[in-house]
Amino acid sequence: MALRFEVLGRFNRARAAQLTLPHFACQTPLFMPVGTQGTIKGLTTDQLEEIGCQIILGNTYHLALRPTSELIDELGGLHKFMNWPRALLTDSGGFQMVSLLHLADITEKGVTFQNRIGADIIMALDDVVRTTITGPRIEEAMYRTLRWVDRCIAAHKRPHEQNLFGIVQGGLDPVLRDICVRGLVDRNLPGYAIGGLAGGEDKDSFWRVVAQCTAALPEDKPRYVMGVGYPLDIVVCSALGADMYDCVYPTRTARFGTALVPEGVLKLKHNAMVNDTRPIDPTCACMVCKNYTRAYIHCLVTKDAMGSQLLSYHNLYYMLQFPKGDVPEWVCNAMDVAGIDISSCCSS
Amino acid sequence: MKFAVKALSSGKARAGVVHLGSCPSSIETPCLLLSTRKGLPIFISPDLLSSLPSPDSNLLQFSPLHFSEGPSPKTISSIGGLHQMVGLHEYGFAAVARDSIQCLPECGSTNKTGASFETPCGRRLIKPVEYMEMITSMKPNLWATLADEVPAWANNKRNKTSVDRTVKWLDECIARSPAGGAVFGSIVGGSNIEERKRCAQEIIYAGYWIGGFGLGESMEERPSLLNAVTDNLPKDWPRMICGLGLPEEVLQGVAAGVDLFDSAYIYHLTIGGFALTFPLDRTEKIDYNYQLSDQGSDRTKINLRATVYRKDATPIVEDCCCYTCQNHTKAYINHLLNVHEMLAQILLEIHNTHHYLGFFRSIREAIKEGCFEQFQKKFVQSRREHLAADVVSV
Repeated sequence: MALRFEVLGRFNRARAAQLTLPHFACQTPLFMPVGTQGTIKGLTTDQLEEIGCQIILGNTYHLALRPTSELIDELGGLHKFMNWPRALLTDSGGFQMVSLLHLADITEKGVTFQNRIGADIIMALDDVVRTTITGPRIEEAMYRTLRWVDRCIAAHKRPHEQNLFGIVQGGLDPVLRDICVRGLVDRNLPGYAIGGLAGGEDKDSFWRVVAQCTAALPEDKPRYVMGVGYPLDIVVCSALGADMYDCVYPTRTARFGTALVPEGVLKLKHNAMVNDTRPIDPTCACMVCKNYTRAYIHCLVTKDAMGSQLLSYHNLYYMLQFPKGDVPEWVCNAMDVAGIDISSCCSS
Repeated sequence: MKFAVKALSSGKARAGVVHLGSCPSSIETPCLLLSTRKGLPIFISPDLLSSLPSPDSNLLQFSPLHFSEGPSPKTISSIGGLHQMVGLHEYGFAAVARDSIQCLPECGSTNKTGASFETPCGRRLIKPVEYMEMITSMKPNLWATLADEVPAWANNKRNKTSVDRTVKWLDECIARSPAGGAVFGSIVGGSNIEERKRCAQEIIYAGYWIGGFGLGESMEERPSLLNAVTDNLPKDWPRMICGLGLPEEVLQGVAAGVDLFDSAYIYHLTIGGFALTFPLDRTEKIDYNYQLSDQGSDRTKINLRATVYRKDATPIVEDCCCYTCQNHTKAYINHLLNVHEMLAQILLEIHNTHHYLGFFRSIREAIKEGCFEQFQKKFVQSRREHLAADVVSV
């Protein structure tokens, strides 16, 4: 175990905590931008620090391909390679590697690559199945995930410097999820992720899985909901007791000219923006909103690299400064369970 | 705008000082105007711009044609002008219709009503009225009048026409000139020395913009063409030029008495994956036994895509204090280039700009010390010798 997790404040199930990792002491709940290839598209490490980024996610598959995990190791690990002084998390790389390597090798290789890359948190290889699938495949995947976690633990060479998180699978089936949670908790891992969500299931099923898992996972360890996501989803999951999130959404949508705002999204490409002299979000304190009009950003987006950069900067700032904000019914239901009364905001 | 010559070297090369209203400090000349796209550098975001040496990096160049597809001049006016629109209040902006990277003069389509340019939005004809409407809304610190630029091989008749048009348009531009911006009268004339002289003599303004260079004239014919213009310009007014981007070309411009330069060099280096490495220390001895690596390094620049840099954990230039060299290694930039990540261009543009600004600083120092001519000779010679050595070693 190479982390310390200390809950500093609570509001029913929601908790604010300090997660102390080898490279950085983080405040949770937190959002992790995805820096697939050892960089967040178009932003420097200085800028990321400035807007409050605490952990960056790296993609093991891509890095193992280029520049290779051996090279990263030789040059002192990913932190040194990209000059990021704060924390890093790498995924298992398994999902993308399945098509290339023999299945039996992936488990150990994934951990080996992650050991070389040197991130503060590394993910165990799981057997991911889309929640829209039903049938015995889900059960098979859940049990396989548990068996693989043991192999990952055995292959993990640096348990005192890197934290291996297990991932809860089981689709939308509460029974399977329960078995998986209990199995992972038995292994006494430094932290746990809730996987297999954020892939097309309806929201009402999504929050129930998160609620169930957060209720069953240990209080004193971090909980990471993978692939989430939209600001509203993050608020709900935090209310239910989750601590960490990652998603490509803010940066990817920036490159298509879409800005995140409290009301939802703002499509800067739209012709209506051509002469709009308001900032993207008047309540936002980021460098972009403080200096630029929608009209100017409009003339940049999709045509000039600077447009992507400025929007990525704003979108990440928005996500990292924790989003706040017509509340759908599923949110009301979830909040009910969380013990937070938002009935005055609910439409029904 | 205020300008003053402070020192001369070898007759015509001059070191001066220019002061613009919006910049807190004066800027020394000869100086480099940084290229922008719509007012911001192509890759360097505004918060990183301040990491470049100041006030050297405070002069930016743009073309009003960058905004052909919006926002409208009315919107720009309501925002308060270009400085306000791009959030760079303490920078100086120079507006020139031509920008050597993406607004290239298309003399074949230029006619008596306006100048034609090839732009990312297609071919555009811009008339003096439209040009001035943009200038008025953008409020740059200084701007060049609209010119009809022709390349070196244009015939005499075309040359003469270009001078006639440029002078006419100058009058039209001045007639609509907004208060507050410094006007640089445009001087053209192709490779016809007589026409250049004629143009230069007809125009007297706050400064001079010398057009028609960097459009195909040779290194050999350029000095006499430049001199034909600068010899006929009053000494106390600043001279700006477009199209002299390479170091040797800049030196030719300085030798002829030009003060302000734009350059597409940094942009082309950056998108090609190159980083400048030529020595800026003027006292450094030239190493004739330099071993050329087989990876395209010519001691003036390196190509960071080359596999030889895969594991190179050193900065681009060892004692360079730019953001890129202080924070990143050649290995990391090599990786970024290989995976087509935008951060590569950002880091390279920072370093290349920093380095080229250093080159301009060496030029100014040489002029102030009275040894510009030797500086120019030594610089050109060391690069040539280097190429000669490579030829022999192959």
